[in-house]
Order: sequence, then structure tokens, then C-alpha cells
Amino acid sequence: MTAASTLGTRPVRASLLRRMKADYFATPLNAVVSLLCIAAIAAIAVPILRWALIDAHFAGTTRAECTGSGACWVFVKARFGQFMYGFYPPAERWRVNLAAILMIATTVLSFWPGLPRRALAVPLVWAGFLVAAAWLLAGGAGLTRVETRQWGGLMLTVFLSVYAGALAVPLGILLALGRQSELPVIRLVSTIFIEFWRGVPIITVIFLASLLLPLVMPAGWDIDRLVRALVGLAFVIAAYMAEAVRGGLQAIPKGQAEAASAQGLGYWQTTGLVVLPQALRISMPAMTNEFIALVKNTSLVSIVSIFDLLGIAQASLADPAWVGMNMEAYAFAGTVYWFICFGLSRWSRRLETARGTTH
Amino acid sequence: MTLLARGALGAAILALGAGAATAQQLAPSPTLDAIRARGHLECGVHLGLPGFSFANDRGEWTGLDVDFCRAVAAAVLGDANKVRYTPTSVQQRWPVLQSGQVDLLSRNTTITFSRNASLGVNFQGINFYEGQTFIVRTASGAKKPTDLENASICVAAGSTEERMAADYFRERNLKVSIINFQKNDDAIAAYDAGRCDSYTAGIGALAGQRIKLKTPGDHFIMTETISNDPQGPVTRWGDERWQAVVRWVLNGMIAAENLGVTSKNVDDMRANSRNAEIRRLLGADGNFGAMLGLPNEWMFNAIKQVGNYAESFERTVGKGSPLGLERGQNNLWTRGGILFTSPFQ
Repeated sequence: MTAASTLGTRPVRASLLRRMKADYFATPLNAVVSLLCIAAIAAIAVPILRWALIDAHFAGTTRAECTGSGACWVFVKARFGQFMYGFYPPAERWRVNLAAILMIATTVLSFWPGLPRRALAVPLVWAGFLVAAAWLLAGGAGLTRVETRQWGGLMLTVFLSVYAGALAVPLGILLALGRQSELPVIRLVSTIFIEFWRGVPIITVIFLASLLLPLVMPAGWDIDRLVRALVGLAFVIAAYMAEAVRGGLQAIPKGQAEAASAQGLGYWQTTGLVVLPQALRISMPAMTNEFIALVKNTSLVSIVSIFDLLGIAQASLADPAWVGMNMEAYAFAGTVYWFICFGLSRWSRRLETARGTTH
Repeated sequence: MTLLARGALGAAILALGAGAATAQQLAPSPTLDAIRARGHLECGVHLGLPGFSFANDRGEWTGLDVDFCRAVAAAVLGDANKVRYTPTSVQQRWPVLQSGQVDLLSRNTTITFSRNASLGVNFQGINFYEGQTFIVRTASGAKKPTDLENASICVAAGSTEERMAADYFRERNLKVSIINFQKNDDAIAAYDAGRCDSYTAGIGALAGQRIKLKTPGDHFIMTETISNDPQGPVTRWGDERWQAVVRWVLNGMIAAENLGVTSKNVDDMRANSRNAEIRRLLGADGNFGAMLGLPNEWMFNAIKQVGNYAESFERTVGKGSPLGLERGQNNLWTRGGILFTSPFQ
């Protein structure tokens, strides 16, 4: 933290050196500890750097180009299209790119301060995006159909995260409200739903959705297996989201709702205009956490042979032309996940600061 | 019920064979009808096994097991590319087949009694004789498992392979030292580092692992096996005619090799061969395709587009592939292997 803020303000080089000296080498003991830490970091970082960059191979198209001990990034280069799009037909990949641009535009738009009637506009903008992106990706109505089994790679990871998240947020809010409801049946149903889905490991849910569901469904009924996994993920995350939102709801003093009732507002008006906006603001960090967890949990679908980023990286290790590239495959996938999740967490911090919800 | 259907099918084939072939006499085949209606074969494959089933850089599925899917598609629909693949994990393969999501499972699956009897599935022949064997440094001169006397063998502790190897040498009163490692990867790394003389696994797995060694060319995979794990395509119970199609496409690929029919000479063979079996196989004489409710060029298409068994083997796991496997047991019964086909008569 200190180091970061020091680096952030480096007007004068001398002051930086002085600060470092004061922070890390003030006493002999501090100096020894600092030196030991530097040595430990170097012992780990240097071989990694040597492997990943210095001795690594970048040029060429086959494994024959990779002769030394370093990483063979030629493999990632040759497979880059698959890592990003899975088996999505190359001629149709512009649709994925367009959907990604739409996603960024939607995100920017929904945080634009000038957006009128925000509470209504944000869900509408997102709903519009979800429908448009689903059409772009799956096709139909003028576009060539692309079966979900051809989807894969990073695109599928993002798809699962965004759509499971988009299902989980409204469902989670409803469940949280349901759990606080004064109507016993609604309260019971919400509680059972939340406790059931919170109590089942995601791997079990994905296995059940993938293996059991097709066997118990009547003949001729076939729900797409990606949709099955998506809904399973969404239910689990919704249960966690619900608890995050409930935390926010319980932080709002009862007096607020009572005051709203006294003004003559009904339940939905009280909830929608007074309680929820404040509760969601409080729940934002917890909900972001759930979303980051969701992004990482999507990789679990690779156990049912859905080729998300991790799944496609693993599958490509089976090509005899690239057998043995395990380190490269996992390093690449891990780095991409890290950038996504780190980006999300930085972004959510900025939102919190901007809205003054940090405590 | 099944027996009855089988009897009916047998009777139908006899009647057809006697020259009374008409389409009405064919036993109904809902699977074939479904494949034709949707225009492609649904094939369950391994989600990634070097040489047997994997997607290449261009995203095309290839491999020995994938080739069989392609051959069936060529036989039924006339186009080997009309296949859609469902990659399956070990746990998924049975539900995917049982629930009808795939027409056929071609996924390096060992044929066993209990699977046949309790899972409601039938195995339609053998397309790969898998078995546990040993990899050694070529320089050691060891050619068969019994040559390993006094050698050290790296294994993963508690694995089936460890037990099989220990039993094998104990039975034969041969002294070997078995060195245990926590994981398979550790065991193969130790072998590569020269800590043991040999490492043991299935032939297919060894071929995949050999590529990862520092100098793959210096290592030899024994062709003699110490276990028996025949693998082949699997179908659901029911729809006997579909099962016959799958079984005879596999037989056809093996027969083609035995008869010297390849993807290169298949046109010439069909036009000019005087061998009666070749003429029947390729649909030049007789109506073998029609007897199964297929176009008469069914095997002609399969061989032309995919090749005979040898072509498929060499391209995917054999000498023409990075795996470089010997034919070994998977050679024809006429050439020292045990790969067999029933005659096209």
C-alpha cells in the first residue's frame, strides 16, 4: 500500500529513494528482512521470467520452433482463435466481436450519469443488450445459426458470466425481498430456494444438469446443454446474491420504510424508491465479489466437456502436435482470468469511491 | 423382445439374401430415420485424447475414434463431414448415449461384460486393442515384457497399472524393482530423467506420453501387452438394424485393408476388380447396402472418404502420426495381429 502510493506520486526521484530507505532499510533488522524478501522474490520471479519471456519462443507456427527450455508461446499463437472463440466458424466471428463491443457500450451507458430515469433505463438497456447479443451469437432470424456446441473459449466464459449474472441479479433481489416478506409462503419458498442452492456444491449442480436432467426429461425434450449449465450456475449465484442483498436490506433502518408508508407509499413503491436503492448501494461490494466468484466458477463447466477458456486450453493439449504444452496452456488461461477478475475488482473499487460507499 | 427383433431381422436378411429384396421388408430403424431427417450423425467422442480424438489447430475433430464416426456418416449419408461431435468425459459417456443425445459412442471405451449387461449398451466390434505395456529406452534392447527381468519400473502408487505389473512379474517369477511415485506425471518424469528403465501404461496413453519425453525417438513401446482392454464403438440397446450398420462399417474398414482396397484405388477396384468379395463390399455386385437400408455405395463412400482401417490407423496413431505406434495386436489376423473381420458374404 505504502509502496503503491509512493510509486503513484513520484515527482522527485530522490524523494522516492529516501522514502524507500526510510520504509525498508531504517534499522539493520529491517534491512535484513527487506533483503531476504527481495532474495525470495527474485528466486521465484527470475525463473518464471526466464521461462515466460527471456527463453521463450514466440516466432513460428509449429512446435519444432520451440527448441530451448523456455515457454512455447507458438502454441498459444496457433490456438489463439480457439482460445478466444472455441469452434465458432471463423467467417462468423465478427458477430462475437460485435457482441463484445455492444457489451462494453452497454456497460458504459449504464454508468453514464446523464442517463435519464436510471432505475428504469439501466435494466432496460441491459435487457436489450442481452437479447441482441443472444441473437448475434446464436443466429437465426437472418443470421446463420451457430450451435452452442461450437461456442467456446473466452467468449463462452464471458457469455456464461454475463448471462448467469444477468439472471442471478434480479432473481437474487427478488429472493432477498421474498425472504424479508411478511407473507409466510413467499418467505418459506425464498428461504428454501436460497438454502438449497447455497448448500449444494456448484460441481454437483453442473453434473446433475449435465447428466441427470437428460435422463429424466421426457423423450423429445431436449434443453441445450449450455443452457442447462447456465441456469444451474445462475441459481447458485442467485442464492448468494440474495444473501448479499439481504445484508443491504437489513442495514436500512426500519424507520425509512415506516416513513415511506406514512407518506402513503405502497409496498412496491417503498421498496423500489426508498429501500432498494440504498440497500443495493450497500450490497454493491458483496455483489461484485459474487460476480468475480462467478467468473471463476464458470471454469467448472469444463468438467462436463463444455469448452470454456479452461476447457479449450485443456482440450488443445490432446493434439499430438502440441502434447506437453500444459504449462503454456494453464499459464495463458490463468493470466486471462486474472486480468478479467483484477479488472473487475479495480472497477468496483472505483465505483464505490465514486459513490461514496466505502466505509 | 430383443430376441424377437433379432430373429425378425435375421429372417429379413435371409429373405433379402435370397433375392427378395424390397424396402418394405426392412426392419424399422428409428435411428437411421432420425440421422437422415436431421442430415448429420451425432457422435460421442473423447473430449481430448492424443491420436484418438482431438480438435486440431483448425478446430476439426480428428483421430482414430473420430475417423470411425466419419466412416459411418459417409456410409449412411454419403458425406464423411456430416457428423457433429459431442465431446464426453468419462462420467458423461453413458448418459449421453443412453438418453439419445448421440447415435453412437466412438470413444476409446473398453468392452466389458458388466457394461454390456447393466448399462443397456452393445459393443459393435473392436477398433483398437488397448492393453497395458511398457516403454523402454531403445538402447536397452528390451523387446517384450519378460525382457525386463532385474529392471526398474516407474509407476504411480496404488494404480491399476502397478498392480497389474506386480502380478505379471510375480506370476512368472521374474525379479523387477517397482518404484512408486505419487502421480503418473511424476513417474514418467522420473523415467525420462533416467531413474528407472521402464514406465508402464496402456499403449495409447504411452504413445501420447512418449511425445512429451525429451527425445521421443530414443524410446520403444512394446507391442506385447499384459492386459486385455479391447475397445470399440458402442450403441444403445434396441434398433438392431442401426447396430448392424455400425458393426458392418467397422468390419468393412477392416475387410477393405485385408482385401487391399484403399482410398486411392477404390474407384479402380469398384470398376475393375474381379474379386467377388471386393465387388460386394463396394456395391459393384449384389445389394449389400440395400439390405441394411443404405445406399449400395455405403462402403465405397466410407473407404473413399475416410480410408480402410490401416490408412486410418497410420494417419491418426501410427507411423504417419506423431504418436508413431506399431500396429502390433492391431494388425490383421493374417499379418500377426488379432484384428479380425467376418466375411462379406
